[in-house]
Amino acid sequence: MQKKISSNPFRGTPEQEAKLKEIIAANKHDKSRLMGVMQEAQGVYGYLPIEVQNMIAEGMEVPLEKVFGVATFYAQFSLSPKGDCNISVCLGTACYVKGSGDIYDELQAELGIGGDECTPDGKFSLTACRCIGACGLAPVLTVNEEVYGRLTKDDVPTILAKYGK
Amino acid sequence: MDMINCKVNGIAVSVPKGSTILEAARAAGVEIPTLCYMKDINAIGACRICVVEATGARGLATACVYPVAEGMEIKTNTEKVQQARKTTLELILSTHDKKCLSCPRSTNCELQKLCNDYGVTGTEFEGFKPEFAIDDSAPHLVRDNNKCILCRRCVAVCREQFVGILGANDRGIDTHIGQAFKLNLNDTPCISCGQCTVVCPTGALTEKDDTAQVWAAINDPSKHVVMMTAPAVRAALGEEFGGEIGKNVEGKMVAAIRRLGADKVFDIDFGADVTIVEEATELLGRINNKGVLPMITSCSPGWVRFIEQYYPDQLAHLSSCKSPMQMSGAIIKTYYAEKMGLDAKDIVVVGVMPCTAKKYEIKRADEDAAGVPDVDVSITTRELARMIKRQGLNFNALPDEEFDSPLGEDTGAAVIFGTTGGVMEAALRTANDWLTGKDNTEIEFQAVRGAASIKEATVEINGMPIKVAVASGAKAANEIMKKIASGEADWTFVEIMGCPGGCVTGGGQPIHPQYVRDTVDIHALRSKALYDADEAAVLRKSHQSPVVKELYENYYKGEYGCHKAHHDLHTTYVPGKKF
Ligand code: SF4
Ligand code: SF4
Ligand code: SF4
Ligand code: FES
Repeated sequence: MQKKISSNPFRGTPEQEAKLKEIIAANKHDKSRLMGVMQEAQGVYGYLPIEVQNMIAEGMEVPLEKVFGVATFYAQFSLSPKGDCNISVCLGTACYVKGSGDIYDELQAELGIGGDECTPDGKFSLTACRCIGACGLAPVLTVNEEVYGRLTKDDVPTILAKYGK
Repeated sequence: MDMINCKVNGIAVSVPKGSTILEAARAAGVEIPTLCYMKDINAIGACRICVVEATGARGLATACVYPVAEGMEIKTNTEKVQQARKTTLELILSTHDKKCLSCPRSTNCELQKLCNDYGVTGTEFEGFKPEFAIDDSAPHLVRDNNKCILCRRCVAVCREQFVGILGANDRGIDTHIGQAFKLNLNDTPCISCGQCTVVCPTGALTEKDDTAQVWAAINDPSKHVVMMTAPAVRAALGEEFGGEIGKNVEGKMVAAIRRLGADKVFDIDFGADVTIVEEATELLGRINNKGVLPMITSCSPGWVRFIEQYYPDQLAHLSSCKSPMQMSGAIIKTYYAEKMGLDAKDIVVVGVMPCTAKKYEIKRADEDAAGVPDVDVSITTRELARMIKRQGLNFNALPDEEFDSPLGEDTGAAVIFGTTGGVMEAALRTANDWLTGKDNTEIEFQAVRGAASIKEATVEINGMPIKVAVASGAKAANEIMKKIASGEADWTFVEIMGCPGGCVTGGGQPIHPQYVRDTVDIHALRSKALYDADEAAVLRKSHQSPVVKELYENYYKGEYGCHKAHHDLHTTYVPGKKF
């Protein structure tokens, strides 16, 4: 699947920008550090929207497309912000055979977003993950650090309601 | 130099250490098919069409990147090799749209030719087939990923141009060529140079075809259609009809355009001559009045777009002269219209250009001397060839004909505009005559000739040394601009062309397969056609052009750079941004 590009508005702060500038300044002399800069930038912003990639491209003096090519090649980079509540559904084998796929679909329907997307109000984001080692509780999902297990898709509205949906 | 001895299909060759199998094969006169490889620019070993058998290699060796070893025996065409290439082609075709009938590259497509050679029909693998929307957002280019084979030649050439807006995005089966954040081509800082269309082996990247507009104008009896050709077109058009590279086909080109139904066939060279007198006037004005120096030429819209987007705060260096094509259009719709008793609105001016960026240039603001666009349609050399074919003309059997008057006469100075260094040389010829007040006979400025991407020279004019620089290709342009922006440049006059080598190797010129580009100096051959034409010309200085004389005596009333000429022939620039 091609990586999804978020249309959520950019909410970067001056502090984040100052931090990114520092990161770039420390690495600018060596273009091979592009990926490291991108990792650190993602650490600052949580994802790599066009505004951030543009600053990286300008600062590292490489074309924007080069940054984007790297960002879409490696799974670790995200083009979508994380919501206040980041829901991560395990699609590992054990969870999947117990129906986590349905839960994932249900969440998408309830939230009106696809996987790797964030709701326009910035509240919820949804991702799929591989086995988190809680197979005994399958199927599981996490909301931020909180773990929920032995779910059916009917549990979805209750969980969401708990987080203010 | 350390040499390595090896054998290619039994032929013994000795090549420098570090050479690849492909280089050794070429030295032995054996051609190995390639798709992703481009000499000096792209050696990524991605497509694997170039595989061969070589002693010492594990499995088949990828000839374009595999180095030769002493005593190596290479076999380039065994059954095993052929089978492997066939499978590679079948895999490529499994994600390819195979719509050859309607493809602009049909019969000149490197993929189609290989499939033909290897008897591949493309029905072996049917599986996941991505579907891509066609990007035709830009005025100059159409990108159709359904025909892309991911060779990345466009990526390499666009980076060579310092622009780098094309790249491979996502991974695995999702890998595709595109722009950052899936922006439309028109929303990127693409400079419209079209170099990517020249290197693409398939129909995935092509010029936007505007020939329908030309046919419509020709078929409209209320329109007076003027078609005019740039210097570099005559040096390459014949190649579209099997002619040798760099043969000057001016006469047949004119005959063909006339037979398409154009009312007049003019030579943009007249506009180039006007450009020179206006530009030389502007340059001397800047020198005398302590204006912004160096002054940089503005003939190449690829270059103009580059500086607007990449150096928006340096636009004062750019000459305000319109390009020769735009000047020609402006003069046709003002002076010529008046002379012929025509309304500018009824004239359709078609530029026939070696260039894709001209398609963007005609849409620029402040390019409308008569209140209507100076030029209505701009087609490339390739599109002209397409029209000639559709008209059913036997190009090679056409007689040689002359351009129409009054705007068909030109000078040798104008012809050499088509290659890097030509504008500089033409301007120097005129400036030298003006400043010395003589008709100088030493007029060839060899130091600014040749294909080098940056040439610097100090030329003496009327005893005064003038430092000049000539650059071609946006990467070289960037080097020049870095020096100008930092204030360390001490040139007075700089010529810059957006395409490497200038217009003769522009993005709208006939396309040759990569092995030809790797092994033949196309730039030198086409440039020679222009320098030969210059040498054979009776008049070789722009200010001596009869068109220029007539125009300034009767229309602009005696003055270069006068108010009216300024209104019609000069333009303005707008700072842009990268994203
Ligand atoms: S790119 Fe080549 S093979 Fe593909 S449709 Fe066009 S001509 Fe045919
Ligand atoms: S036209 Fe030139 S700048 Fe634009 S994508 Fe092609 S090579 Fe790059
Ligand atoms: S667009 Fe053309 S040059 Fe670029 S990767 Fe695809 S086939 Fe190759
Ligand atoms: S791998 Fe050698 S030409 Fe593509």
